[in-house]
Amino acid sequence: MTRQPVHFYQVGSFAVGNRLLSADDRTVQSLRERTNSIDSGHRACQGCGEALGARYALDAAMRATNDRVVAVNATGCLEVFSTPYPETSWRIPWLHSLFGNAPAVATGVAAALRVKGKSDVRVVAQAGDGGTVDIGFGALSGMFERNDDVLFICYDNEGYMNTGVQRSAATPPAARTATTDAVGPEPGNVFGTGKDLPRIAMAHDIPYVATATVADLHDLERKVERAMELHGARYLHVLVPCPLGWGTASNDTIHVARLAKESGLFPVFEAENGTLTSVSTIRRRVPVEQYLLLQRRYGHLFGKNPRPDIVARIQAMADENIARYGLVDESTESTEVNA
Amino acid sequence: MLRQIEGSKAIAETVALCRPEVVCAYPISPQTHIIEAVGAMVKSGRLAQCEFINVESEFAAMSVAIGASATGARAYTATASQGLLFMLEAVFNASGLGLPIVMTLANRAIGAPINIWNDHSDAMAVRDAGWIQLFAETNQEAADLHVQAFRLAEELSVPVMVCMDGFILTHAVEGVDMLDQETVDAFLPPYEPRQVLDVDDPVSIGAMVGPEAFEEVRYLAYLRQRDALERIPEIAREFTQLTGRESGGLIRSYRTDDAEIIVVALGSVLGTIKDAVDIRRDAGERIGVVGITAFRPFPSEAVRAALAQARQVVVLEKSFSTGFGGVLSTDVAMSMRDLDFDLRTVIAGLGGRAITRRSLEDMLKRANDDELEPLTFLDLDHDAVERERERMRKVRRSGPSAENLLRDRAAFSSLPRGGGA
Amino acid sequence: MDTPFAITLGVGTSRANHTGSWRVERPVYVDRLPPCNNACPAGENIQGWLFEAESGNYEAAWRILVHDNPMPAIMGRVCFHPCETACNRVQVDEAVGINAVERFLGDLAIEKGWQLPEPGRDTGKRILVVGAGPAGLSATYHLRLLGHQVRLVDSADRLGGMMRYGIPAYRLPRATLDAEIDRIVALGVEVVLNHVVHDIEEERRAGNFDAVFLAVGAQLGKRVNIPAGDSSKVIDAVTFLHQVAHDDPPLLGRRVVVYGGGDTAFDAARTARRLGATDAVIVYRRNRERMGASGEEVEQALGEGVSVRWLSTVNRFDAERIVLEKMRLNEDGFPEPTGEFEELDADALVLALGQDTDLSLLDHARDVTVHDGAVSVASSMMAGASGIFAGGDAVPAERTATVAVGHGKRGAHGIDDFVMGREPTEKQRHELATFDRLNTWYYADAPRTKRPELERIRRQTNFEEVIGGLSEENALFEARRCLSCGNCFECDNCFGVCPDNAVIKLGAGERYEFDYDFCKGCGICVKECPCGAIEMVPERI
Repeated sequence: MTRQPVHFYQVGSFAVGNRLLSADDRTVQSLRERTNSIDSGHRACQGCGEALGARYALDAAMRATNDRVVAVNATGCLEVFSTPYPETSWRIPWLHSLFGNAPAVATGVAAALRVKGKSDVRVVAQAGDGGTVDIGFGALSGMFERNDDVLFICYDNEGYMNTGVQRSAATPPAARTATTDAVGPEPGNVFGTGKDLPRIAMAHDIPYVATATVADLHDLERKVERAMELHGARYLHVLVPCPLGWGTASNDTIHVARLAKESGLFPVFEAENGTLTSVSTIRRRVPVEQYLLLQRRYGHLFGKNPRPDIVARIQAMADENIARYGLVDESTESTEVNA
Repeated sequence: MLRQIEGSKAIAETVALCRPEVVCAYPISPQTHIIEAVGAMVKSGRLAQCEFINVESEFAAMSVAIGASATGARAYTATASQGLLFMLEAVFNASGLGLPIVMTLANRAIGAPINIWNDHSDAMAVRDAGWIQLFAETNQEAADLHVQAFRLAEELSVPVMVCMDGFILTHAVEGVDMLDQETVDAFLPPYEPRQVLDVDDPVSIGAMVGPEAFEEVRYLAYLRQRDALERIPEIAREFTQLTGRESGGLIRSYRTDDAEIIVVALGSVLGTIKDAVDIRRDAGERIGVVGITAFRPFPSEAVRAALAQARQVVVLEKSFSTGFGGVLSTDVAMSMRDLDFDLRTVIAGLGGRAITRRSLEDMLKRANDDELEPLTFLDLDHDAVERERERMRKVRRSGPSAENLLRDRAAFSSLPRGGGA
Repeated sequence: MDTPFAITLGVGTSRANHTGSWRVERPVYVDRLPPCNNACPAGENIQGWLFEAESGNYEAAWRILVHDNPMPAIMGRVCFHPCETACNRVQVDEAVGINAVERFLGDLAIEKGWQLPEPGRDTGKRILVVGAGPAGLSATYHLRLLGHQVRLVDSADRLGGMMRYGIPAYRLPRATLDAEIDRIVALGVEVVLNHVVHDIEEERRAGNFDAVFLAVGAQLGKRVNIPAGDSSKVIDAVTFLHQVAHDDPPLLGRRVVVYGGGDTAFDAARTARRLGATDAVIVYRRNRERMGASGEEVEQALGEGVSVRWLSTVNRFDAERIVLEKMRLNEDGFPEPTGEFEELDADALVLALGQDTDLSLLDHARDVTVHDGAVSVASSMMAGASGIFAGGDAVPAERTATVAVGHGKRGAHGIDDFVMGREPTEKQRHELATFDRLNTWYYADAPRTKRPELERIRRQTNFEEVIGGLSEENALFEARRCLSCGNCFECDNCFGVCPDNAVIKLGAGERYEFDYDFCKGCGICVKECPCGAIEMVPERI
């Protein structure tokens, strides 16, 4: 009998469910009885990655805790599109206070639950990248340092989308936003030193830090589940493409998130107590162009006056991630192009 | 039990008797002694069933209180001055969400120039934040007001700020008749929240409300403050029945029965004013005092009734709306609409400047002689101000006024010294 | 909870906001025609039976299979599986081993004794089927399912036609053949053997048949005029294989030359090897790329020691010596003589140059057209308005068993329409599920298992079956390599990836439906459907 590598197989798939999988291996999202923490009727744009990411994460948290989750939400798209009076989309207890204070509000919720002896109820705080890496950063760091019993989830769409696509500290270099126009010799956002929040979180030595994307549901759910097994401050950073802000087709949301990971631009990993414990290796490596070309926010790098020099710098960032995290498993690397 | 005790300590121990469940704090003078003492009680176990959280900013302090209160816990914090401004967004948010948080505000000036001493600028800056603001005249009243504040806040789902003068009260050691647990428990029932994050009955708290309902939301908040005008005196009466002590209420009048001139003020300065009034009364001047305990909601009806027969009303304020004048004066004037009287505003004690009985006596004499300017700054060093204005006229880069004034003051050491404590 | 006005809201309220009104396009579920199904000459629903096989529901899989083709164990051995050639997986690695899974199911059915569906309710119609090869057997089966009475006649002494007399036993064990034929006969068929039909009209009249299905095959080996000495042994491949099948093999000697490039040539050469020929040489006038035989068959033959002379024709056969003329391909790919010759020692020459059909039984048929030695038929396989249908090698088509099975099925349905007085209906075919419609990301990486092959040395000495079957584990594995092109396999992707929870999961086997009250028409479900079973259509404004 001879064996040869084969690429596609239905079982153990990357799909949401698959009838051929054992029940244990199916995602929460495949279950009819999933919570749908964020219900239909919300006003997110077509193809919103954040709406998807929030449901994925919270439904998984609900499943992991026997439906005992309280959510705190920073101001932002997620808050605005989910709770315009008189309609809320949340099927779980949910509190919105302000833009920059979600971590601290969550601390208060956790403290109240502790003092009331409701140790079975768990707190999830959530914010966009602005509410996390910019305006909420101080509060988040404080929450980490105190090791409060909160899972904080950042839905990173790389900009202030709710206010009309302005730059945040999470906006990548060269990306066009309303405040980093694609004009001049260095069009789009600057090549700064970056503000890598997952690594900053790791520097707090908190029990759990992980990154994920909406493109790998199994991985995302596993990480939420792991986070809910632990107590103390936990941080999950989920890449959620924004069709409006990125200039992607509404049907490309998952596809483009996948390319972010497969190009190496968005490393997917997890860490416990400040130490890296696992890395999601690249399955079908792609050059960054494939990722960039789908997004109008990078349109100025291509077309009539292409900027291969800038694309090369972005590729270098991907390569650096790949080297830093060991994202390419040489033994299984595939050269498939059908990503 | 009467004890000689620092004001902050008295507050801390009284707050502890109120069985707070989450206390969060960030250090800022002059409220630090309060939260230090609460923290010590939690740490030692004397205050059980309470989470004491050292946060990284005042913004976080109020935010933690918001989270805790929304989860059904009795939440308390304390702050002052810059700290209040740093948490300002959350201060509005707490009242907007109807969360009955109680906060001590150890009143202090707001910089720049940075100044840690007492005045009421901080409280006035948040008068429109939707909180109930109660001002204590003495440490005894400050302690008592905290018990009443929790009761009031939780009944109405409105946060309450107990304002007490920084240093003057917080750091003053004097006799306070401390309540016991039994009395407080009899007065303050456990917190029964109007809304709570409950996994068995989920709701979304903090919705986005547009033009279609925002005004109604605000009007409902106004009605709750109107309700507070009813409940504040009732709760104070109940408190008196239980303790035999008069504390709180809306306003308190002193020798106003036949007064032609009435001084209106907030907080601890009322004691000195009463002393000065006593002296002027001895000189035959018909002067009285109205102390306002409830600044928000503003008890317009009570103030109007108390001041109705006065020929002249002198509002003495430790705050100042730059570019206009008195803050409290405006509220008093609005309450006195259509009445025939003279209103005088006296700005005093800014940044901790001592308000002496002698200065007050002098001011009252001038009032009695109808010589008080509509806007008077008590003990203002006009010479120093003139020198600085002259400098500014001559030299574009004349440097910071505060430093110039200090330099002048060193050169003219006969001038009054600043500082409060 | 009596909550504060406006700032605090209760669960479920957002469902009042029907975001479906935003939509300009709507997703709809479709079933696209998988390329395997499209390519299957027997019209099998391959993707359908693989779906069941993937779940380990082998009997259900087999039942879907025999709905179209009653002889899966045979097809799993002799079919040249155009399905695998068409399989979208070819563009990824290798085609799904459809043929091997089919055989696994066929063998398992024989082992378990699964029976074909009960015949349909009797229509009282009588149908004559002439020829019991794959076309005739298939027609018989489908006619019985439709409730018609069938008389199946064949000139040979056993049923099976070319499957028995053309295909060597090392490719198709006789026990398997018998088992699947017996199962058809067990449906209640009047079998008449050793019966040659000379005049179809007369036969029909005599038996009072409502319709006839002609499946007489192509039994006559084509001869060409090759100068040969009297003592030179020349035989056509059909006769040769027929005699071997009858256990009466001719003596060909140790050096056998086979002339031709089709599967029959290779069957003949491989059979010769098994009969003891030390040299079995195939002479073919074109090159390998242009040969008719399947690659698999060529590979196996070469592995068994069969050799091939490409670009050669047989010029003449003198005693123990064959003269070959070398050929070259012209610009159009046709072979042209070069005038160069070479010689080859040979004891016998087997001609595998194709077969002709004996259609003399149609001489008196009124409205049947015979063209170029084949019966002209419509798509319903009807050869004449009077109720004569035909299929298999006797009609113009590729001459394979699977094509014949397909003819049998189509003919049976054509006959059904005819005898029941219905207008023939053309079946609507779904749009093809092409590779570009798939999102292959969602299929996991996995190793492929190949079917075990017998040791090559054993193949050269006997007629034992060359290709082994799959174990259940391997069959299951192979089935699960299926990408389910164009047909929902319930992976829950659409249900999971909808940002608006606008996909309703109906439960196992029931698939999904869209909740158009909330679907905003973003199209993620379409993009992330692995098998391309959703499409966007413009919303009616």
